[in-house]
Amino acid sequence: MTTIDTTLPLGAEAPADESDALNYLTVRRGLMSWLLTLDHKRIGIMYLVSILSAFFLGGVFALLIRTELLTPQRTIMDADTYNQMFTLHGAVMIFLFIIPGIPAALGNFVLPIMLGAKDVAFPRLNLTSYYLYVFGAVFAVLSIATGGVDTGWTFYTPYSTTTNTSVIAMTAGAFILGFSSILTGLNFIVTIHKLRPAGMGWFTMPLLLWALYATAIIQVLATPVLGITLLLLIVERALGVGIFDPALGGDPVLYQHFFWFYSHPAVYIMILPAMGIISELISVFSRKHIFGYRFIAYSSVAIAVLGFLVWGHHMFTSGQSALANTIFSALTFSVSIPSAIKVFNWLATMYGGSIVLATPMCYALAFIFLFGIGGLSGLFLGTLATDVHLHDTYFVVAHFHYVMMGGTVIAFLGGLHYWWPKMFGRMYSELWGKIGAAVIFVGFNITFFSQFLMGSQGMPRRYYNYLPKFQAYHEWSSVGSYLMAVGFIVTAACLVHSLLRGPKAPANPWGAASLEWQCSSPPPVENFSTTPQPGDPYDFSGLVYDPRVSGYVKQEGAG
Amino acid sequence: MHRVWNLVIGGSSFRAQAGGSLWLPPRASEVAGQVDWLFYFILIVSLVFFALIVVLMTLFVIRYHRPRGAESAEGAEHNTALEITWSVIPLILVASMFYLGFRTFMKIAVAPAGSYEILVNAQKWKWLFTYPNGYVSDELHVPVDEPVELMMFSQDVIHSFYVPAFRIKRDVVPGRYNKVWFRATQEGRFTIFCAEYCGTGHSDMTSSVIVHSRDDFAKWLEEASAGLAKKPPAEAGADLYRTRGCASCHTTDGRPGIGPTFKGLFGSSQPLSDGTSVVADENYVRESIMDPQAKIVAGYQPVMPTYRGRLKDLEITDIIEFLKTLKD
Repeated sequence: MTTIDTTLPLGAEAPADESDALNYLTVRRGLMSWLLTLDHKRIGIMYLVSILSAFFLGGVFALLIRTELLTPQRTIMDADTYNQMFTLHGAVMIFLFIIPGIPAALGNFVLPIMLGAKDVAFPRLNLTSYYLYVFGAVFAVLSIATGGVDTGWTFYTPYSTTTNTSVIAMTAGAFILGFSSILTGLNFIVTIHKLRPAGMGWFTMPLLLWALYATAIIQVLATPVLGITLLLLIVERALGVGIFDPALGGDPVLYQHFFWFYSHPAVYIMILPAMGIISELISVFSRKHIFGYRFIAYSSVAIAVLGFLVWGHHMFTSGQSALANTIFSALTFSVSIPSAIKVFNWLATMYGGSIVLATPMCYALAFIFLFGIGGLSGLFLGTLATDVHLHDTYFVVAHFHYVMMGGTVIAFLGGLHYWWPKMFGRMYSELWGKIGAAVIFVGFNITFFSQFLMGSQGMPRRYYNYLPKFQAYHEWSSVGSYLMAVGFIVTAACLVHSLLRGPKAPANPWGAASLEWQCSSPPPVENFSTTPQPGDPYDFSGLVYDPRVSGYVKQEGAG
Repeated sequence: MHRVWNLVIGGSSFRAQAGGSLWLPPRASEVAGQVDWLFYFILIVSLVFFALIVVLMTLFVIRYHRPRGAESAEGAEHNTALEITWSVIPLILVASMFYLGFRTFMKIAVAPAGSYEILVNAQKWKWLFTYPNGYVSDELHVPVDEPVELMMFSQDVIHSFYVPAFRIKRDVVPGRYNKVWFRATQEGRFTIFCAEYCGTGHSDMTSSVIVHSRDDFAKWLEEASAGLAKKPPAEAGADLYRTRGCASCHTTDGRPGIGPTFKGLFGSSQPLSDGTSVVADENYVRESIMDPQAKIVAGYQPVMPTYRGRLKDLEITDIIEFLKTLKD
């Protein structure tokens, strides 16, 4: 960044400290100062706006799907439109919202500050990632405009190579988005390796950084496989080269292997950063040192490594050999252990703590509840004999929504509320924040628990018409989804209101010990004027509450 | 104990669960009991762990709840013995789930020698079942208490053969045979779903398994096979229209479907996608069945699979005779 004009006119109100005049939001104004910024914080905010727009779009698709499913026959749309709706819901939510969600939006903002650094290692590459994201999103929107896609987000062959919808535009979009993801991952790996300050070893990093590091490894190693797979799909469709379509001499199950070789690790791209956030929230709001730091850190890495070896569990009924099924089932169970370890460590952290039920902590508790159900329901699917019955039913739909939405989205919201004061320098209403969280939590369970029941009763997924005996479950699910929408509206209103009317946020509203809470809220352009001294990120003993600033300050005389 | 069981699975006993419970539909095959037993085992383990997690979490929140600004708390930062314990106990439990799941899966995967073999042909959006004597039906008829093996093949995209009451599912993939077997234990009618998304009519690609007593099955097969041969050609054609998949795309009442309606088709002039037109006579109909991509009626997609080798010459003639009855 160029030097900053320090003679900016100050407002009539005297600022509490120098940062008020010179934070990253106010230092420059105008559209171009955002579009051409190299500041990781501004890029993080641009990502945040983009992914929330994608979340809104994907959410509208979801509500349309749920409305159609209110009755067993046609309700509001025809079968082809419905097939496009669930495809777009999946593709938008996965590629445009949940994969970039935590790493690119929240991660971009907090990762360098947590390291006490001025920026990521490659700021220009960071901006490139963002524009690749936008470019990929344009392709995805283009595919909607040119007739939509009806393949499901998995683009299974030979359906995807023979349907007459805009598969090429959508897969090209996903291909480009993959590069955005790879470059973000690369940037984070280098940043964590090279920009850690003196005094911050691997085992004194905040656990979110371990999680983002493990995520970045998956992004860099797995995403290229998705890229080449989608390219092969495009080549087959456009040029008629037989790779996956048996009519051209290809093998459709090969596509599934390629696709899940990326897309199963991608599940961990989605959930690992969420677990990282929860580790931060549980410790900070229990005001107690995280329990079992090393086990949590290693479990992130273990999940990242084992996550590469389990893709075949998506294909137990595909016709792959019984031997392959057996091996993939065994490996799948091995991933459940690191996840269980994390949950027990979080509970042990809460034991004997000073638990403060602020909004982010409410989200963290909701995460443990919902991820608990999501993870345990995975046991039915990892077990070969029960998976045969449950595969491709609503049981699977419920399972991954409990993990992806009950897990990742809830953790994302918890993190968003946690870092919101840091990002924008404003406090939101705790009351309305909690009301929003409670409505989302109740609506979520009504929506998706009914799907467990109808799925194990045999209701297949991606069904436009269904047997009348499933209607009651569908009605519950749809009503739950409307309630959830209300929760999201309340939450959005609460956060927007805070930007306009919220009280000023102190530097450290929660009493956290990681470095991002040592700079002002919002942070100055270069985060810190001098390199901060990192300590134990989970030692809260030196931080006391000061009612004058409504936040925590370092105790006099304490380190 | 019974009350707990009731609460967990919403029924009185495992035996009574054969008629269906809160969680699972009625079961009607040999493996279904073993699958269900495993399902409930995992369910109970999951409920115990979930209760443990939620109860501890709630207790800790109630017990250690402090107002904002509270002092930080001290406590153990780790405890290796404890952490190893809560890694190893779940490991043992999931290892047992893996083993039990594997054992039952091998029963699902390997058909007994001498199973009754039926060919299954899946296409958008229809199931066709061919019996050893060559008879083809669109519903699956099987004898009770006898192992039946299905050899499945898809004409177009991937489908999946799923009978919830039997707890079996197997993808039907173009370019390869996938097999699945079952031994039905109850007479009756059970739903077949297509479980792999296959396009517009995916959710309508349903059918039924009809489980007969052994004697009834033999009688049904004999009568059904003989019936077709005795019928006049137009009636036999109507049966073929219904059972071989024509009806999923071609209506007989004038409404356009995935393909052109058959009402008034025969003898009419049809505009083609290349701008020319053709009179729908006997040879055109035959060509459209054998080589569907040769002439596409304007406004429709070239999605019909070929019936070459799947309909006999006489059967095609029957269909043509049937079309003639739909002239107006």
